[in-house]
Amino acid sequence: MANIRSYIQETITYQFIVMFLRHVKEFFETFGEIAYRFVMVLKYIFTFQINVKQVIDQSSRFAVDSLPITLSIVSMTAIILAMQIAPEMVKQGGKDYIGMLVSLTMVREIGVIMTGFAIISMIGSAMASELATMKVTEQIDAMKVLKVSPFQYLFLPRVLAGFIMMPFVVIIASTLGVIAGGITSMFAAKDVTWLCYYTSVWQGLYIRDIKIMLLKSACFGGCISLVSSSCGYDAQGGAKGVGIATTKAVVWSFVSIVIIDCIFAVSFYF
Amino acid sequence: MAIKVQNLTKEFDGRKVLDNISFSVEQGEILSIVGFSGSGKSTILKLISGLLTPDAGVIDIGDGDVAMVFQYSALFDSLNVFDNISFALQERKEFRGKYTKEQLKEIVAKSLKTVGLEGIEDKFPYELSGGMQKRVSLARAIVTHPQFILYDEPTAGLDPVASTVIEDYILRLREETKATSIVVTHQMSTIKRCSDKLIMLYDGHIVFRGTPDELLKQDNPYTKQFVSASIEGPMKITASGF
Repeated sequence: MANIRSYIQETITYQFIVMFLRHVKEFFETFGEIAYRFVMVLKYIFTFQINVKQVIDQSSRFAVDSLPITLSIVSMTAIILAMQIAPEMVKQGGKDYIGMLVSLTMVREIGVIMTGFAIISMIGSAMASELATMKVTEQIDAMKVLKVSPFQYLFLPRVLAGFIMMPFVVIIASTLGVIAGGITSMFAAKDVTWLCYYTSVWQGLYIRDIKIMLLKSACFGGCISLVSSSCGYDAQGGAKGVGIATTKAVVWSFVSIVIIDCIFAVSFYF
Repeated sequence: MAIKVQNLTKEFDGRKVLDNISFSVEQGEILSIVGFSGSGKSTILKLISGLLTPDAGVIDIGDGDVAMVFQYSALFDSLNVFDNISFALQERKEFRGKYTKEQLKEIVAKSLKTVGLEGIEDKFPYELSGGMQKRVSLARAIVTHPQFILYDEPTAGLDPVASTVIEDYILRLREETKATSIVVTHQMSTIKRCSDKLIMLYDGHIVFRGTPDELLKQDNPYTKQFVSASIEGPMKITASGF
């Protein structure tokens, strides 16, 4: 019996199943921790225990610090998009729809998701490594002994800053993206004028799209801050632990915003 | 206020770090906890301060306030000395909004004076030496007038003179605050100078209780090995430490 068990345990299939189940368990544990921390953040918000100074500091960091990289990424994406589609649209006789295509893509998807990716790599990773360093150097333990809740002092301002500031960043980035797309279209394809582009922008775009964009970006911002802070908070060990926590924060944030994006797409456009 | 610990047990990954430990510390007393690395000394502090929860046993500290001085100071590196020391007064629910900026400045200045550091309110932790960081950490601990002060290897990593300075402040704080203190240490100078009594841990159990003088004089094989720093004796090195 012992021989059979040892034989089974040595098979690749067995080891694969064990590894898979371990990852599933880890996934649900992480998800549970994030959900718990979200509830704690809500508790402090609804009991008005908000440190306004911290929220302002984090908001400034979230929006101002991330703006150059976000604007660069989104406008470059818009330029590439316009360069690819403008000549083809002119060839097919659809020059009057270039603006609509670029603006719809920007407002509904690319503007928000690319801003999300930029914020994750710039702000989310910084949040995760900051909290992870605080954890491994016992600063978070010191905070708890001083009877200050890390959920209130560290999580709440970051989540609130993300939720409030992300829509502003997305508005600026998407607007710049649409403008960059228009300028590129004029250079990339003959017969495309600014007036023709600008007029078509509003042909397919509705106020509803902008409202959904704002709501989605607020969810992205809150989610990136929550997930990044949570992964940093769970760090263990030394420098290696900080690295693992930062990587985990980036991966989980990417996955989370894509899932939220899917939920929005299914809920509002399906 | 006294600390009473009864039948305390804590396990990590199936290994009993503390196994049915009981001890007490009377008000104003300083108890030192000694033992080799990995013997569970810091775990006791984390259990008393509420950072960990025991698997079994009771810790009775009444409704007293606990402060802790961490091994590597654990100062908030994004805050300056003023904000570090006044952190609890600014952020803790019961103190929030209670003090004006001027009052906070006075309190911080007084705390810094107690630990022999004045005029460094605007400095950041990275601008301070290890000994100064420890003293700022002491100042942060006493600012809320705690009934219990826990020191986790307060002199670790410091030179002998800086260690003596910290030991003097531990004694001085006891005199000034009348707080009950527990000091985790391996350093003989800290044990001799600061402790009223001590316990020694090995393999999750208390293997010695007594005073610093008794530690040096007793014919206990564990204390003899500890004092002589010998590798020969009942305490063996294992994969998880001693």
